[in-house]
Amino acid sequence: MTDDQLEMRLLGAMLRLRMVEEAIAAHYPEQEMRCPVHLSIGQEAPSAAFSLAVQREDLAVSTHRGHAHYLAKGGALGPMIAEIYGKSTGCSKGRGGSMHLADKDAGFMGTSAIVGNSIPVGVGLGLALQIQGRAQASCVFIGDGATEEGVYYESANFAVVKNLPVVFLCENNRYSVYSPLSVRQPEGRSLTRVATSLGLTSVEVDGNDAIACYHAVDRALQQARGGGGPQFLEFHTFRHLEHCGPNDDDHLDYRQPGELQSWQQRDPIDLLQAKLLLTNHDLSSEIQPIRERISNEIETAFAEAAAAPFPDLEECMRDVYA
Amino acid sequence: MPDNTIARRELTFAQAINEATHQAMAADPTVICFGLGVTDPGAIFGTTRGLEEAFGPSRVFDMPTSENAMTGVAVGAAIAGLKPLMTHQRLDFFLLAMDQLVNSAAKWHYMFGCQFNVPITIRLIIGRGWGQGPTHSQNLQAWFTHIPGLKVVMPTTPADAKQLLLASIDDPNPVLFLEHRWLHNLTDDVPEQPTHGLIGKARVARQGDDITIVASGYLTLEAIRAADYLTGVGIKCDVIDLRTLSPLDWPAIFKSVHKTGRLMAVDSGALTGSIAGEIIARVASERFADLKVAPRRLAQPDVPEPTSFGLTRGFHIRSRSIAGSALEMMGETGDVLLGQLPDPVPHDVPGDWFKGPF
Ligand SMILES: Cc1ncc(C[n+]2csc(CCOP(=O)(O)OP(=O)(O)O)c2C)c(N)n1
Ligand SMILES: [Mg+2]
Repeated sequence: MTDDQLEMRLLGAMLRLRMVEEAIAAHYPEQEMRCPVHLSIGQEAPSAAFSLAVQREDLAVSTHRGHAHYLAKGGALGPMIAEIYGKSTGCSKGRGGSMHLADKDAGFMGTSAIVGNSIPVGVGLGLALQIQGRAQASCVFIGDGATEEGVYYESANFAVVKNLPVVFLCENNRYSVYSPLSVRQPEGRSLTRVATSLGLTSVEVDGNDAIACYHAVDRALQQARGGGGPQFLEFHTFRHLEHCGPNDDDHLDYRQPGELQSWQQRDPIDLLQAKLLLTNHDLSSEIQPIRERISNEIETAFAEAAAAPFPDLEECMRDVYA
Repeated sequence: MPDNTIARRELTFAQAINEATHQAMAADPTVICFGLGVTDPGAIFGTTRGLEEAFGPSRVFDMPTSENAMTGVAVGAAIAGLKPLMTHQRLDFFLLAMDQLVNSAAKWHYMFGCQFNVPITIRLIIGRGWGQGPTHSQNLQAWFTHIPGLKVVMPTTPADAKQLLLASIDDPNPVLFLEHRWLHNLTDDVPEQPTHGLIGKARVARQGDDITIVASGYLTLEAIRAADYLTGVGIKCDVIDLRTLSPLDWPAIFKSVHKTGRLMAVDSGALTGSIAGEIIARVASERFADLKVAPRRLAQPDVPEPTSFGLTRGFHIRSRSIAGSALEMMGETGDVLLGQLPDPVPHDVPGDWFKGPF
């Protein structure tokens, strides 16, 4: 893959994630997606990078903010949208909603609405890969808030003790709901340094620079797959919309004045586009068909989700045990 | 004759909690308040609004996403002389803290020969509807009642929310204060004066001789709605709002069952191992002679609560199912009459005020 190809693919991947989330935000007020949704608008670069570096046989888990991670791992769009609509065609048959996405065929093993909950599960996936002798990686997406849970330290410790093929991908967007890092962690704390001291091979990345993200993720995955032990990537990035829901909530003033705007000026899609414009010729005409293709895909997914039937109460009572 | 000199003062359930917290913190400088989001713009659905401004950041503070550690911190602070009030936006998040709750908070008094006591209050909000799903809507109150040393309260009315929160903070023991998200906007009279000593006392919400319906928290509202409907068809219910789940007010339950001879216990938790089951078991073994018909439990199915709008339609107990069960216990065939008690639409929100997302 040439640099140029890589960059175009990253741009396409970010656009897809952005447009899906924007479509969810646009449809949400119709009150047909009746579950909490946590959107990743502004945080697309790590997922886009991941989508290019990851292999289908790698495994992954994520959090409440998991749409982008699910899609980046190759999770099917239609079943995800249907899941958010609560339909029987949803990836979790309507039982989980936006916060509980899984696509086993794609190696996307689940997301959790409980902060920190999926971290040890991801480490367990790594244990299985190691014991079964599969040269693949288990990828654990987390937020900055999750590093405050004890289970993060316990899980990282075990991963280091066993030299497991686990990659922690931490999107540090500086907030947990409305709470800034300053009320949760000491000033000057570096999640990367903490991870290093736990024994994880750790790298800090500009999480809005998709190219940098790609190289970091690619290297970490290769290391983990090749027996290099557990890896930690900290992506500095920012969420543009409210913590939960489709709206802008900047007027609530829980963030520093101008903080959102300065991050929006470093929007990962804009950044990459600006870079491409320097070398590329004729970007807009190349992007147009990409956008159209994505729009069509999204429209189909929403139309199918809206048209699909709801599961019913009888269905609800089934499958408590395997 | 109504006493017109006492002004009616309507507050929401959430405002009542807020007022109780302000009063408790003003009255007792050892009360501290912390939890994820207590100082943020949402202020835990408004319940912690103004506390930091009134009492300062050393007594009112946000915390790291560290539920287990912070519960242990509360235990330590409590045995050293403070009265921590913690809040969790969902009961489900608090599950990370089971070790500190069960092995520390519930034990420190008994296990060390009464040298210490652990006056902590832990507010847990129970979610429902709008796709809260398997991990944002669990009603695990029965778990907590299973742990000796813990008290568990679950108010229904705004006035009780206020009084029970004050009583919980006053109590020298760890108290779990369970508040149902669907009650936050309920409005009613709330006395301004703080009162004390309510833990352990049930409330008779409706009086009648035919059947005893024991409920708690949000389900009390459904039970009352059912009872009011049943009055219209000639069936009179005693509705007992438990208010405290541990310790349970057995005298109130026994007294009512002695009068009615019919017992229905409704419970927002899963059926197996529920508090409803405990109530039926105890009445059956200790007051068997009072019972005219087999007692009934109405609880959630033993199934994780799903997310989908389709899957939750009919999932929860509503006044209709309570009334239907009551009619059957009275030997009536309920279906015809029940036409007048339709389930609310849409079924997954408590009212127009709730538009998601949580
Ligand atoms: C154990 C637990 N505590 C609290 C919550 C409430 N909660 C939901 S998302 C969230 C924010 C977590 O922040 P972070 O890990 O940084 O992820 P982000 O939302 O920023 O992506 C919190 C506190 C929860 N779901 N689970
Ligand atoms: Mg965050």
